[in-house]
Amino acid sequence: MKQPVLRIEDLHTHFFTDRGEVPAVDGVDLVVNSGEVLGVVGESGCGKSVTSLSVLKLVPSPPGRIVGGRILLKGKDLVPLGEKEMRGIRGNLVSMIFQEPMTSLNPLFTVGQQIIETVRLHRGMSRKAARAHAVEMLQKVGIPRAEEIVDEYPHQLSGGMRQRVMIAMSISLNPELLIADEPTTALDVTIQAQILDLIRRLNEEQGTAVMLITHDLGVVAEMCHRVAVMYAGKVVEEGSVYDIFNHPLHPYTQGLIQSVPRMNEHRERLYSIPGNVPVLSKDMQGCRFAPRCPHVMEVCMRSLPELIRQEEHHSCRCWLHGSSQEDAV
Amino acid sequence: MRQSIRASITIRGETMGQATLKITPPNVPAEKVSGPWGDAWRAFRKNKTAMLGLCIIVFFILVALLAPLLAPYGYKEQELVNRLKPPSGDHWFGTDDLGRDMFTRILYGARISLWVGFFSVIGSIIVGTLLGVLAGFYGRWIDMLISRVFDILLAFPSILLAIAIVAILGPSLRNALLAIAIVNIPTYGRLVRARVLSLKSEEYITAARAIGMKNSRILLTHILPNSLTPIIVQGTLGIATAIIEAAALGFLGLGAQPPDPEWGKMLSDSRQFIQKAPWTVIFPGLSIMLTVLGFNLMGDGLRDVLDPRMKN
Repeated sequence: MKQPVLRIEDLHTHFFTDRGEVPAVDGVDLVVNSGEVLGVVGESGCGKSVTSLSVLKLVPSPPGRIVGGRILLKGKDLVPLGEKEMRGIRGNLVSMIFQEPMTSLNPLFTVGQQIIETVRLHRGMSRKAARAHAVEMLQKVGIPRAEEIVDEYPHQLSGGMRQRVMIAMSISLNPELLIADEPTTALDVTIQAQILDLIRRLNEEQGTAVMLITHDLGVVAEMCHRVAVMYAGKVVEEGSVYDIFNHPLHPYTQGLIQSVPRMNEHRERLYSIPGNVPVLSKDMQGCRFAPRCPHVMEVCMRSLPELIRQEEHHSCRCWLHGSSQEDAV
Repeated sequence: MRQSIRASITIRGETMGQATLKITPPNVPAEKVSGPWGDAWRAFRKNKTAMLGLCIIVFFILVALLAPLLAPYGYKEQELVNRLKPPSGDHWFGTDDLGRDMFTRILYGARISLWVGFFSVIGSIIVGTLLGVLAGFYGRWIDMLISRVFDILLAFPSILLAIAIVAILGPSLRNALLAIAIVNIPTYGRLVRARVLSLKSEEYITAARAIGMKNSRILLTHILPNSLTPIIVQGTLGIATAIIEAAALGFLGLGAQPPDPEWGKMLSDSRQFIQKAPWTVIFPGLSIMLTVLGFNLMGDGLRDVLDPRMKN
């Protein structure tokens, strides 16, 4: 069994708002093994991004706070760590790419300056060595004319180029784990493929583990080894990409897969899961998906099912599957 | 330099066609990449009124710097026989009630007004930015405290507050400058606070934190430089306000003290002669108007260029 780079255990990240406490991440368990690409899928507002921000402890506070659970990075719990220790980890062991390449670079500095700054911050390299390193990184992420681009400003680059720069910056210290929060959502389809290809190459060549957050099942199918499906702050199904696509167990996962348009089928309308993501609150009862579920049963409204292992690497949180069904009845 | 390079490229483009352009880069020295500031300057140069403002300002700065060389007389020099003489070859702007040369006094007055304008604004910017950044970046009780102080300061009409401060400190040019600086702190403070608040949610700030940057470093390398543009715009317009405020305090006798040739002071000293010797009032008034106009034009131009909301 591979040693996990990241193990999230029963993570609770809550937001304390005027309308009460919102459990955005409500007991999430996740494992990212070394050299693996884990996809985290779900609708907007299901807690994917908050989970990833929690790993770096960048959840805006106030109002957000990690109220419980453990985040083990190579066995070391990050939750109790202070700001100073976290700074040594951010960028260095774990780094992150964001959704909007247009806004994730500072408009006032050249891309080189921004990469150099990162490298010098953690490695204390000389300016010259850092610059050489920056150029090398830009070349690595497939930027043509890296020697020139290094002195250009973000507004002179296209969205795809900027995302490459972001990736160059985040891998410049060779992190163990790369968290990519919807890295391709804001890009053109052709550029999307290039960026995904780049991330996969980094994963294969450097062995960087990747946690890929997305709502795009196409991206998941193409990129990931394993998938965790999240709904309303909880993981509802987890398994290998093969299992998830070929025999999804949870009705939510089934709905998600059905919603993907298919080229070889003619349908009048695209399928969509009826209803909306529920408003999260502390006193929710039962399965979070029950109000939208086509197979809803009485038990679903009353109590929340556990995440139960169905097969070797496939678990599901649903009363339709698993032994706990009999226990409850 | 830059233009010559650009010109040569267009010539190449015309003569060699587009296909060759792709291979030219190796032998053409790469045009120096211009940052956001370079772009702003280029856009600013196209703005005629803003350039006019800049010219007026440069003119007055030169006048202020070269006053001792340009002035035909000393600003304290009195010729009591030549009191309230109209403009003539000897006294271009006439003389005042003590027979002092108005032209000389206007020249020296530029020094005082610009000095008060620049330094009071620099003072308010430094303190205001510091407080605004603290309030915006750290939030919570610091923000509460600072914002409430700003609110209190803004509750007073600024000139009244300045008068109160000068009354406490004693009337002098230095105290007037100090009072103007204090009165204007909340303007910059609020501006910077709002800017920092919006910057804080920018993705590159989160990205910087995700890369392991310290708060203090984020402040210095990301937040401050990005807050600079509204400060520059407001500062330029603020100089105009400060000059008027200084003139007002001078007019009230709370600013520059005799014999300093402060424009506002000159206005108030001569107002009893407004009918008999209008030049004693017209020229200081015109000078105030022109400098203020210069700064306002330039400030508006800068806003057009620097404020992202003004860009299409």
